[in-house]
Amino acid sequence: MLLITCPWCGPRAESEFSCGGEAHIVRPKDPDALSDAEWADYVFYRTNTKGDHAEQWVHTYGCRRWFNVIRNTVTYEIKAVYKPGETPAGGEA
Amino acid sequence: MKFSIFSIARNAMSYHENWQAHWRNPEPKSEYEVIIIGGGGHGLATAYYLAKECGVRSIAVLERNRIGGGNSCRNTTIVRSNYLWDEAANLFEKSMQLWEGLSQDINYNVMFSQRGVLNLCHTLQDMRDAARRVNANRLNGIDALLLDAQQVKALEPLIDISPSARYPIVGATFQPRGGNARHDGVAWGFARAADSRGVDIIQNCEVTGIRIENGMVIGVDTSRGFIKGKKVGMVAAGHSGVVAAMAGLRLPVESHPLQALVSEPLKPCINTVVMSNAVHGYISQSDKGDLVIGAGIDQYCGYGQRGSYNVIEGTLSPIVELFPSLSRVRMNRQWGGIVDVTPDACPIVGTTPVKNLFINCGWGTGGFKATPGSGWVFAHTIAKGEPHPLAAPFALDRHISGALIDEHGASAVAH
Repeated sequence: MLLITCPWCGPRAESEFSCGGEAHIVRPKDPDALSDAEWADYVFYRTNTKGDHAEQWVHTYGCRRWFNVIRNTVTYEIKAVYKPGETPAGGEA
Repeated sequence: MKFSIFSIARNAMSYHENWQAHWRNPEPKSEYEVIIIGGGGHGLATAYYLAKECGVRSIAVLERNRIGGGNSCRNTTIVRSNYLWDEAANLFEKSMQLWEGLSQDINYNVMFSQRGVLNLCHTLQDMRDAARRVNANRLNGIDALLLDAQQVKALEPLIDISPSARYPIVGATFQPRGGNARHDGVAWGFARAADSRGVDIIQNCEVTGIRIENGMVIGVDTSRGFIKGKKVGMVAAGHSGVVAAMAGLRLPVESHPLQALVSEPLKPCINTVVMSNAVHGYISQSDKGDLVIGAGIDQYCGYGQRGSYNVIEGTLSPIVELFPSLSRVRMNRQWGGIVDVTPDACPIVGTTPVKNLFINCGWGTGGFKATPGSGWVFAHTIAKGEPHPLAAPFALDRHISGALIDEHGASAVAH
């Protein structure tokens, strides 16, 4: 089980959290201007990174707030935790 | 060498010390007509049907490790075809029909056992959904029965059908032709059958790049050098996104750990394959006697072939509620495989924007049952250069066109 440090509540067990998938996907400002392929890319296509992966988590059974995590998808090591709108310590997501 | 009662008797004379290797271990040639990336069950089945049904003479299967060492040996071996929608039902039923003749066809005992698959219903709404699925299955010519709690109990005497149970059982659907097979045997059997038809199975050969010229694939770079190929098929399961990225393709796929575990061996006590959508666990008993128990996917993306313990706990606690007498059974082994999951939980089989490059991925949590069918439709897709009719609805671009196959949660177990 992962030990995830909620930026508001501190370290808690993974079972308190829900994973919201890849982070930093920006909703297109003008959806009407997009082609089907561009819209599909926003809705369905993901980078599915093997390595350091930026993802969003929510502390479902705690403060219920969202935050971002950089986690390695091979070793599962959590490298950074940061609040929405922040950049992770030590570099870009 | 053909397996038969005579070959067993002959080899018994020499204390079974002279069986030959089941497949060769050839050096890669410089060029092949078709290169299959991925030596799992699906890749080997594709190579076999390419050689047998499509008459392709020069085929290589490239495997990063050893064949059958990935998801082929990490699944819970369930075979069924009771899918709701026509597209999925037709594809998985084709696979089921191939399973039924597979051991004879490839002259290898895959221990296919049609012990039946139960999908439990715990609520009135479960029963309504089940009735709908049973009717849909029957319209597609797939065997399906709707059982009440007493009939479930008759099939599985250990199951708790008392109304006060934590997960009360109202009934179940039953597919008598469903069951399981020996997963290693399937990979080995297809490998041996493909090899005997001249397919080169090249193990410890990792594909590191896919070479494309003028929008057309010309071969693959590997850890053992460049191999030219007129056509290339990608069947890399958990790593499909990694392989597709070598060709500059982005996929609607995410890789997740999927865990399973087996118990210590017991005397026969579970007769069928029992699955429950609501509690998301499934259990069957292998011929060795171990209980084979499967879980849902872990929620996060992962390539680590392992998951989190809370998922195991979340699976075992309802299994114990359903089968209270199993509460003291000890678990022997636990493992994870990497499954690539699409948004609609249906596979992707077909052509790609790159000419002569084909893809077969996204089988998610239910790829084992599809092994022969997947190989069958993918072989035809590669040979003809256009999707097999059964595979056509599972095109790579369906997430762009919007023609999703909404099997997510609608099939017998929520994916």
